[in-house]
Amino acid sequence: MSNYIFLVPLFPLIGFLINGLFWKSMPKSLGGILGSLTVFASFVISLLVFFEVKDPSYHVQPIKLFDFIQSGSLVVPFAFQVDALSSLFLLIITGVGFLIHVYSTSYMHDDAGMVKYFAYLNLFVFFMLLLVLGANYLIMFIGWEGVGLCSYLLIGFWFKNKDYTNAGKKAFIMNRIGDLGFLVGMLLILMNYGTLSYQEFFSHIQQNGTSLPPNMTNWIAICLFIGATGKSAQIPLYTWLPDAMAGPTPVSALIHAATMVTAGIYMIARSYALYDIAPLAMQIVAAIGLATAIFAATIALRQYDIKKVLAYSTVSQLGFMFLALGVGSYTSAVFHVMTHAFFKALLFLGSGSVIHAMGGEQDIRKMGGLGKKMRTTQATFLIGCLAISGIPGLSGFFSKDEILSHAFSVSPIYYALGILAAMMTAFYMFRLYFLTFTGTFRGTHEQEHHLHESPMAMTLPLIILAILAIVGGYVGLPEVLSERNGIAAFLGMNNAVVNHGEFHLAGSMEWMLMGISVVVSIVMIGLAWTVHKTPSFAENRGISKILENKWYVDEIYDAIIVKPLNAISGVFDRFIDRGGIDGVVNGVGKGVKLGSDRMRQLQTGQVGFYIFVMVLGMIVLFSLSVFLIK
Amino acid sequence: MDFSVNSTDYLVLSLLLFSIGIIGVLMRRNAIIIFMCIELMLNSVNLLLVSFSKQYNDANAQLFVFFIMVVAAAEVSVGLAIIVMMYRKVHSVDINILNRLKH
Repeated sequence: MSNYIFLVPLFPLIGFLINGLFWKSMPKSLGGILGSLTVFASFVISLLVFFEVKDPSYHVQPIKLFDFIQSGSLVVPFAFQVDALSSLFLLIITGVGFLIHVYSTSYMHDDAGMVKYFAYLNLFVFFMLLLVLGANYLIMFIGWEGVGLCSYLLIGFWFKNKDYTNAGKKAFIMNRIGDLGFLVGMLLILMNYGTLSYQEFFSHIQQNGTSLPPNMTNWIAICLFIGATGKSAQIPLYTWLPDAMAGPTPVSALIHAATMVTAGIYMIARSYALYDIAPLAMQIVAAIGLATAIFAATIALRQYDIKKVLAYSTVSQLGFMFLALGVGSYTSAVFHVMTHAFFKALLFLGSGSVIHAMGGEQDIRKMGGLGKKMRTTQATFLIGCLAISGIPGLSGFFSKDEILSHAFSVSPIYYALGILAAMMTAFYMFRLYFLTFTGTFRGTHEQEHHLHESPMAMTLPLIILAILAIVGGYVGLPEVLSERNGIAAFLGMNNAVVNHGEFHLAGSMEWMLMGISVVVSIVMIGLAWTVHKTPSFAENRGISKILENKWYVDEIYDAIIVKPLNAISGVFDRFIDRGGIDGVVNGVGKGVKLGSDRMRQLQTGQVGFYIFVMVLGMIVLFSLSVFLIK
Repeated sequence: MDFSVNSTDYLVLSLLLFSIGIIGVLMRRNAIIIFMCIELMLNSVNLLLVSFSKQYNDANAQLFVFFIMVVAAAEVSVGLAIIVMMYRKVHSVDINILNRLKH
């Protein structure tokens, strides 16, 4: 089946072409069905591929379609690599992607640009599949840039609102900063190793690990990580993700929670062989991940926009994943990507259902008591909250516990800070839940009248994702509960992803760590309940006000980067561009015009004069040839 | 008085013919006269070539002359046709009328 792997990205591409070319004339429902079906077809093939890869006799071999670049000694084939890591990502992308497509058919039904929306969504799925399937960094980079483009298009989908288009631009520019790091890393690999192919590169560094220039691997790893901070919204490039909530809610679920933002984690997990021999880069990854996890969680504590809370929660969870990568526990990072895709897509779609019922209102201060009117949304949202808070039995518990226990085995400080972030996660998620679904309604009378449960096409994906959010964790039970960790074993097949070093904690120790995180989560949920049982929205003061304003990071960036840059641009515009370059260009034009005005006088129109000049010229030439050139 | 003709005389004659041609081209406004003057200049050159041919005992120059005559004949037919067309358009052969290119 893996010989037909090219079909997986091909289907969404076809969907994009048809929807994109005929979006003006196509009926809306057809566009939605077509968009969903192409992704479903990819999902079916991905499933077949997954079972083939799962077979122990499967042998990983890059599947070459054609030569993409052939220039002297540099040959970059357009090849796909189908192994445990990419097949798992294929399932997440097409599976969750399909559910979100189905959800969108209902959510976007009143929008005039619905078919265009599905075209963008299909294009996004295509590029995302390219990103995870590529067998070398260049193919990954094509997908990497492509998903950035689709993210930009979809954030600014309602382009008539200037704030939304600005959010799109912000996302694009922030990503470009990171992409530069990725590009530099890629060129460094090419310069030092002469190849971009994963297989050749990794086998080279695994064999000659110590004979390399000592700092080179660190530099490459750091450059690639800079790329990851852009795409996966880590400090210092995370500010685009909360703004990206300007896009339609299913887009936030698909791109800005479940798939695209995990591209950075995929990249580092894919390059684990590089990071294994780059200890400095590993420490940076862990530190940045941990800092982001805590920092974003503090901001989420005091946000009032339902989607902003989820956005900062996503940033925080991505920080967790980078912490896992940084301590060398690559498989648990991928595991958390998977469970996070389930419960965060669920939460976003749930919030979309709420926004849909509220007629576009996103402020949780104006919600409350929605549970009575929206039973399914409430139940599924609750499951999502429980999963992300790490309540035992749900998927988030297993993956988060895996990360935290691995962090503990590297350094107890990492563990303590991780627990702090997890505490805040439980608190803000249940603050969001209680403010939205319990208590009394705080919106207008009209909105209250309008409240309704969402249609089947929206609730069904919620239910499926809720089931996945519950059972998704059982593929990776920790070692104290089962003989072997299923997902780590699967990812280890053919050495797709192998953890750095062995993690072994005493059984009692692991039980204790688990106990701490569970107790902490439950205490925080209880605290959220006592605080928000009777909500009051007094003006925030002191630290709360700083948190509400997101630590003023946007303002700081504006003051130290954007404003000086604009000032310098102004100077360049006035003196160099308009004064210098325009002066030269216009001067040349003016000179030619002046000269030609003079020269035009020669053109008298008198034939006799022309002949006279001709003869004169002949005489001049003649005398020159006689007297000068003897 | 010695009436024998030496090669210098041919040169002087051809120079005179050529100068008459040039002066005619420059001074006259009638297109046909100008045309004739051009022919005169061509023939003066022919004469020059023939006289040099005799002087240096080289037949190549005479071959050249034949070519010039052939080209001149062709040129005459084209030139006359242009003048005829010009007359049909403006009922005049005065070249000063033909200054519309200026505008």
